[in-house]
Amino acid sequence: MAVTELVANLRAEARWIVQDTTTMAWRNLVVTTRSPELLTFVTIQPIMFVLLFVYVFGGAIQTGGSYTDFLIPGIIIQTVLFGTGQTGVGLADDLSKGIVDRYRSLPMARSAVIAGRVLGDMVRNFFVVGVMLAVGLAVGFRFHGGVAGAIALPFFAIFFSIAFHFMMAYFGARSKTAESANVASFLVIFPITFLSSAFVPVATMPGWLQPIAKSNPMTYGVNTARSLAQGGPITEDLLLSIAWIVGITAVFAPLAVYQYRRAS
Amino acid sequence: MTTSVPTIDVRNVSKRYGKIEALNDVSLQVEQGAILGMLGPNGAGKTTLVKILSSLIKPSSGYATVAGYDVAKQTRQVRSIIGLAGQSAAVDENLTGRENLVLVARLYHMSRGESRTRAGELLEQFNLVESGDRTAKTYSGGMRRRLDLAASLVARPQVLFLDEPTTGLDPRSRNDLWDVIRELVKAGTTVLLTTQYLDEADQLADRISVIDRGSLIAEGTASELKQRAGSEFIAVQAQEHDQISKTVEVMRRFSTEEPAVTEHDRRITVSVTDGSALLAGIVRELDSAGVAVTDLSMRQPTLDDVFLALTGRTAEETAEGDGEGEDGGD
Ligand SMILES: Nc1ncnc2c1ncn2[C@@H]1O[C@H](COP(=O)(O)OP(=O)(O)O)[C@@H](O)[C@H]1O
Ligand SMILES: [Mg+2]
Repeated sequence: MAVTELVANLRAEARWIVQDTTTMAWRNLVVTTRSPELLTFVTIQPIMFVLLFVYVFGGAIQTGGSYTDFLIPGIIIQTVLFGTGQTGVGLADDLSKGIVDRYRSLPMARSAVIAGRVLGDMVRNFFVVGVMLAVGLAVGFRFHGGVAGAIALPFFAIFFSIAFHFMMAYFGARSKTAESANVASFLVIFPITFLSSAFVPVATMPGWLQPIAKSNPMTYGVNTARSLAQGGPITEDLLLSIAWIVGITAVFAPLAVYQYRRAS
Repeated sequence: MTTSVPTIDVRNVSKRYGKIEALNDVSLQVEQGAILGMLGPNGAGKTTLVKILSSLIKPSSGYATVAGYDVAKQTRQVRSIIGLAGQSAAVDENLTGRENLVLVARLYHMSRGESRTRAGELLEQFNLVESGDRTAKTYSGGMRRRLDLAASLVARPQVLFLDEPTTGLDPRSRNDLWDVIRELVKAGTTVLLTTQYLDEADQLADRISVIDRGSLIAEGTASELKQRAGSEFIAVQAQEHDQISKTVEVMRRFSTEEPAVTEHDRRITVSVTDGSALLAGIVRELDSAGVAVTDLSMRQPTLDDVFLALTGRTAEETAEGDGEGEDGGD
């Protein structure tokens, strides 16, 4: 009796968490569509990166094949990671305003404020990945790894970013202002994305840097995305990516919720 | 509720922030359908009490129930039956008025259809229909307050907490909001309202508790409190400085207390028991004493007067004394 009751309660609880998360994600997406400057910024910046690397730096980088094919999967992963910064910025912004007091007085699941933000930002990132792929195809990027890989690529990119959304949520909940959350996200994401295989093959880096770049989770994510787009061995990079994602999420999701509760 | 347990029951609640005693052994009861005004200056502990009762923070000691639920332990139940309109309007600036209300309704787990219907009703009730589809960013202070109050009423709460609902509003918006609050009470909602204005508590509340430095220092109806403060004040502004002493002499005859003088605006104030009956006499006697008057007014006592009578300090002195080293505390 007591056990079935407990199960029923847990079920109801899980249902509310899912519903509240969806509601909060809806709210965040509505707000996103109201700030066209944000949408422009998150798509223009990566497009400029594509043009910069393809046409300016690309000629000087030797990858043993088409540099555009090499670059696009990497830049897609970079873009979704930069996109996660918005999770922290948005959370810090909410926390600096009266609206959190409203959320707190409601019988909603508290974790849904963070989960909803992550979900909403993931949807936005998905849209941005679509734009990136279109730009990539326009500058000569082609899939060589089959249809399954091509379909899987955007989903993998979004999946890979989950860990960083929660990491950024933690920094956002710690920051007093949206600006400082922005700086924090930049300081973390910038080195992670550039000290990786996203733009150049790791083998061309100086010897002391190679171990760092090789053990960077970003490198596993980029290599996985590249294999999805271009074919080739994928298992090891995929498994290591998953391990990193699970690990980082397991640490930062509870930390983010804890920090949010403390801050609000 | 048909039980005899008061809807809001606070027992010996204290709250400490480090060395600051934000609340000190507060006990009070509010019956179902009643409206209690919590009157006190800045920093008195009003927001702290509201936050404890709406389950946002935990008391350091003591306990409190709302509709029978323990505010420290049964937070989910408490949150599903209360409405809270905090001191700063908690609205989402980037959402429209309507979206704000739908969002709150969804978070109370109403269905989509129900949420939309309820949002429409509330926009109507709060006179926000025309601006309902504009983002709250574009709202005036009064509109934000109304939207915030509407949001706190989405789930038709049994108990409503209003933390300084009209602070910062112009007199007209304030009157509008008062009307709304009166309607709610008619419908049977139990309300705890905090305010810094005696007239607001007088207009809305059945009973008033005066709070100062975390402790309740007086309790009663508005007229009881006013009696303690001197029920009314009459102020006369003399035209010339040299007529001040003559004016004081005249005013003295109408009160048991010594008139107060502010030199810079030549104003003489005296507390009286039945101002309107005395007014004509005062005018006559000032006239026969040859005093030229530029302004004569009668006013109800304010929080300041009540405070002065109860504590010997003005409310401002208290607020300043407690205000050091803390900003944005609420
Ligand atoms: N989070 C906090 N940390 C430290 N002190 C606080 C905090 N919140 C309130 N206080 C202090 O508690 C006292 C009561 O504050 P508050 O309840 O906000 O007063 P009121 O709402 O009557 O203006 C003030 O001295 C205030 O500085
Ligand atoms: Mg306050």
